[in-house]
Amino acid sequence: MSELPGDLLYTNDHEWLRREEDGSVTIGVTDHAAKALGDLVYVELPEVGQDVDEGGDMAVVESVKAASDVYAPIGGSIAAVNEDLADEPEKINADPYGEGWIVRVQPSDGVDESKLMSPDAYQQFCDELDD
Amino acid sequence: MPFIPHTEKDTGEMLEAIGVSSIADLFDEIPPELMIEHLPHVPPAMGEMEISRLMRQRARMDGSPMCFIGAGAYEHHIPTAVWDIATRGEFYSAYTPYQAEASQGTLQTIYEYQTMITELTGLDVSNASLYDGASALAEASLMAVRINRRVKTGRILLAPGVSPVYEQVAAAIAGAQGLSFERLPQDAASGNIDFAALPEGREPVAVVVQQPSFVGTLDDVDKLTDWAHAEGALLISIVNPTSLAVLKPPGQWGEQGADIAIGEGQPLGVPMSSGGPYFGFMTCKQKHVRQMPGRIVGRTTDLEDNPGFALTLQAREQHIRRSKATSNICTNQGLMVTAATIYMSLLGFEGLVRVANTSHANTALLADGLTAIKGIERLYDGPFFHEVALKLDRPVAPLLTALSDRDILGGFDLTPVVGSEALLVCATETKTEADIEACIAAFAEVMAADSA
Repeated sequence: MSELPGDLLYTNDHEWLRREEDGSVTIGVTDHAAKALGDLVYVELPEVGQDVDEGGDMAVVESVKAASDVYAPIGGSIAAVNEDLADEPEKINADPYGEGWIVRVQPSDGVDESKLMSPDAYQQFCDELDD
Repeated sequence: MPFIPHTEKDTGEMLEAIGVSSIADLFDEIPPELMIEHLPHVPPAMGEMEISRLMRQRARMDGSPMCFIGAGAYEHHIPTAVWDIATRGEFYSAYTPYQAEASQGTLQTIYEYQTMITELTGLDVSNASLYDGASALAEASLMAVRINRRVKTGRILLAPGVSPVYEQVAAAIAGAQGLSFERLPQDAASGNIDFAALPEGREPVAVVVQQPSFVGTLDDVDKLTDWAHAEGALLISIVNPTSLAVLKPPGQWGEQGADIAIGEGQPLGVPMSSGGPYFGFMTCKQKHVRQMPGRIVGRTTDLEDNPGFALTLQAREQHIRRSKATSNICTNQGLMVTAATIYMSLLGFEGLVRVANTSHANTALLADGLTAIKGIERLYDGPFFHEVALKLDRPVAPLLTALSDRDILGGFDLTPVVGSEALLVCATETKTEADIEACIAAFAEVMAADSA
């Protein structure tokens, strides 16, 4: 598996979070998830301004063989969505931690890091799944 | 697609492989109190000889009356070749094949069907069919909610001419999922939509119009389509496939066209059969395809560049998305669709135009003759396709009984629908001039006897 970015937090749903300077949180799916889904062909994005509950559905990523929900790891409101994915969903496969970001959420109650994983912890989580 | 049953040995081996001792054990999570041990209202099983005799007796009770009822199911001539071909072993299955490598013929048939239905409706994509026309309205409404996510009301506005049966079915299926169905106002004189009284700002998810309407009228669908889009709603059209040979297809309605077109496929080669099985059709604009329920067959090429067919856009279907699928009741009526495909290919577009024109001319002839009888007149003035509503000066129900005694099914009793004594009649291409004259004469006699 490729190197995991060290400045991100991870979930056991194979999503990553980046805390931005303005207090918002950028969210995407990990390289592990993108590889498991295969070539993505479509991404269904939420509306900007829409409220999301922690653990609720937020977006759908669809590959040729499966459509999977992207869950909101934190509650809040959608501050931005990656409109480029409408035409180029393959960006998630090519650059999952960069141009393949999916949404930016403005958290309503901050970010509870105790529910999230460090890069090392997530790496170990994936290694155990692969065994 | 051949049907290959399991032998007891096959079943035994499969059960052993998954470590279960009997088929009943596969259902052991169903609580015993929910299991029904016997069905007291179901009579004991009959042998083939007994059941054949019973069915012959029942069929004789039906007789062979002349039918002038439409109201959702229509008697059209079905060329013998249709069911001769449809019931060949290779086609004789109601199920959609998943295995492209074993089912190219069936997949190609569905692909041809989809092509014909998109051409008829003037929209971009068709699915492989739905259960029937009424449940297709429920599916289209749920689909509209998924597409039009900006609108949170769950409100679907129905034109006055939408079939009351379709509304009931749609409300039964989709009502519990937060959708509500409301009627748009009707102009009493014409039976059409009352455009002057349309409610603005109701934030509808979708507006539904049936063309021709359930009571046989034709609405200004261009105007309604543009109004729906201006209100931020999708436009769902319910159409009769035969009528599309002569009426403007939904894809061309208004500035942008309808978003979704659905309807009952029965008129295309499926016998009326006391109400089923029929099939529903559904087409939509390309941009909505990912929210369309049901299966879609696509054309592709194999590794050696040979053309071939395979199910496509399956990622949102129930075998992958389970409870989150675009639909879990999108039963594909494969056998009916096969018949419809053969029917349409035998008739061609020109044949369908002739069926439509003759049905219209016959209904016009019938309406002219009936309205010449004292006590019968048109309920609405406007143009019609192959069904027309009549107003009567006396109760309709006893009149229909008297006609039935003369082996004539004289029409559909509209009285409960419109709230006054009214009748909906239809004469398709299956009726000769003599049939229509006989029907008019029977009406005249029964009316005269009643007045005497």
